[in-house]
Amino acid sequence: MKFVDEYRDPAAARQILSHITDLAEGHHYKFMEVCGGHTHTIYKHGIENVLPETVELVHGPGCPVCVIPMGRVDDAIAVAETPGVIFTSFGDMMRVPGGNGNLLEAKARGADVRMVYSPLDALRIAIANPDKQVVFFAVGFETTAPSTAVTVLKAMQKGVTNFSLFCNHVTIVPPLKAILESPDLRLDGFLGPGHVSTVIGNRPYRFVPQKYGLPLVTAGFEPLDILQAILMLLRQIDEGRCEVENQYTRAVPEHGNPKALEILNQVFELRPHFEWRGLGFISQSALKLREEFAPWDAELRFSVPGVRVADPKACQCGEVLKGVIKPWECKVFGTACTPETPIGTCMVSSEGACAAYYNYGRFTKHQTVPVELTRTPQPA
Amino acid sequence: MCLGIPGQVVEIIDPADHRATVDVDGVRREVNVGLVMGDAGGLNVGDWVLIHVGFAMTKIDEEEAASTLDFIKQLGSVYDDEIRDFSTEAPL
Ligand code: SF4
Repeated sequence: MKFVDEYRDPAAARQILSHITDLAEGHHYKFMEVCGGHTHTIYKHGIENVLPETVELVHGPGCPVCVIPMGRVDDAIAVAETPGVIFTSFGDMMRVPGGNGNLLEAKARGADVRMVYSPLDALRIAIANPDKQVVFFAVGFETTAPSTAVTVLKAMQKGVTNFSLFCNHVTIVPPLKAILESPDLRLDGFLGPGHVSTVIGNRPYRFVPQKYGLPLVTAGFEPLDILQAILMLLRQIDEGRCEVENQYTRAVPEHGNPKALEILNQVFELRPHFEWRGLGFISQSALKLREEFAPWDAELRFSVPGVRVADPKACQCGEVLKGVIKPWECKVFGTACTPETPIGTCMVSSEGACAAYYNYGRFTKHQTVPVELTRTPQPA
Repeated sequence: MCLGIPGQVVEIIDPADHRATVDVDGVRREVNVGLVMGDAGGLNVGDWVLIHVGFAMTKIDEEEAASTLDFIKQLGSVYDDEIRDFSTEAPL
């Protein structure tokens, strides 16, 4: 762990914080982070508590599990309960509630639902079970979509015909646009997501400064990364600049991963519309298989109900995902809705904002977490 | 899933089929490296990569790998789940 210290150096943090405080004086700035990992760093290290009152952080729709609507979970269950189907899913998705329970409950009722780590594992299950139909519940942003695309290409090359995809991949840019178009929220800039940008690079974010006049800085996950990215945003505002900057050059190449982008484009096309939990329908915000890959499309192979199910009345995930309210402002937060009995999706995935608040004991506005920007002694 | 987990390439099993063995914090598993093999310098044993759902998505240096691993470890359950999932072979 010889490398870690430099990203947690309290002296460096204090220095950045004093610059932030100077630059933010006399204003109130609201920055949105769009990545579940950032949400964690912010709570784990108590970054909200060390920032001056003039800088507020709000969380955006950065968790792909959190944005899948109830109706799609019900569709997944309908496919899973079709006789002769082995339904495969990432672990996180198995606990996401639909209108008709979750996938774990479907499994308890007798459906063959299996957790997989990788879409390739689902393909392997298909090859080993030629008399069954194996369906993979594909979710995720551009970080996981290329993996699914490669898997479909492999299924095609190997002539595996009993494998198909229930595709729910979403893209990161359209929800940012939806948030920027929403009248509910006034923002001053974005902390751009870290790992999604390793795939798409920084170019897709250029519309944020160009069309909406706001700065965006792609940030890493260490506390100093977040503080430095906030400082970069404030510097841009102070100097009258407005652009996309990359604080996380250690992992994010300017142009992303060209090979991954090429394969994404080869296998997928944009859906005209896709429903996002809490955000409603967003046009061109999700991926579906191109026509050449129709034999591997579970939505064409099985009868999928496709019914739209309204979110439970008590659930305010939409407002949380848009950054309009903080998790503790939701009426059921920490009472009816906990990680053990989630009502909304933001509590299911450990990457969700409600789960992050809950796990770090943030139940009210004033409840603080210990500030951990101190150097932990490292064994020599 | 969304957060990549860093691992070190310990063996290239089959370059044509993009298969390599990667070590994540002492746990080894086969991953697909097809999306990073064309990067500058190719992919070699000893290189560090960020892995999402069984695919190497980007090459990183050792320093970044250490700090990312440490970050994920602090998340507790996220790390435990990721390592548990990473070490599961597909139940056939
Ligand atoms: S507390 Fe539960 S219901 Fe309320 S916004 Fe969070 S996840 Fe949704």
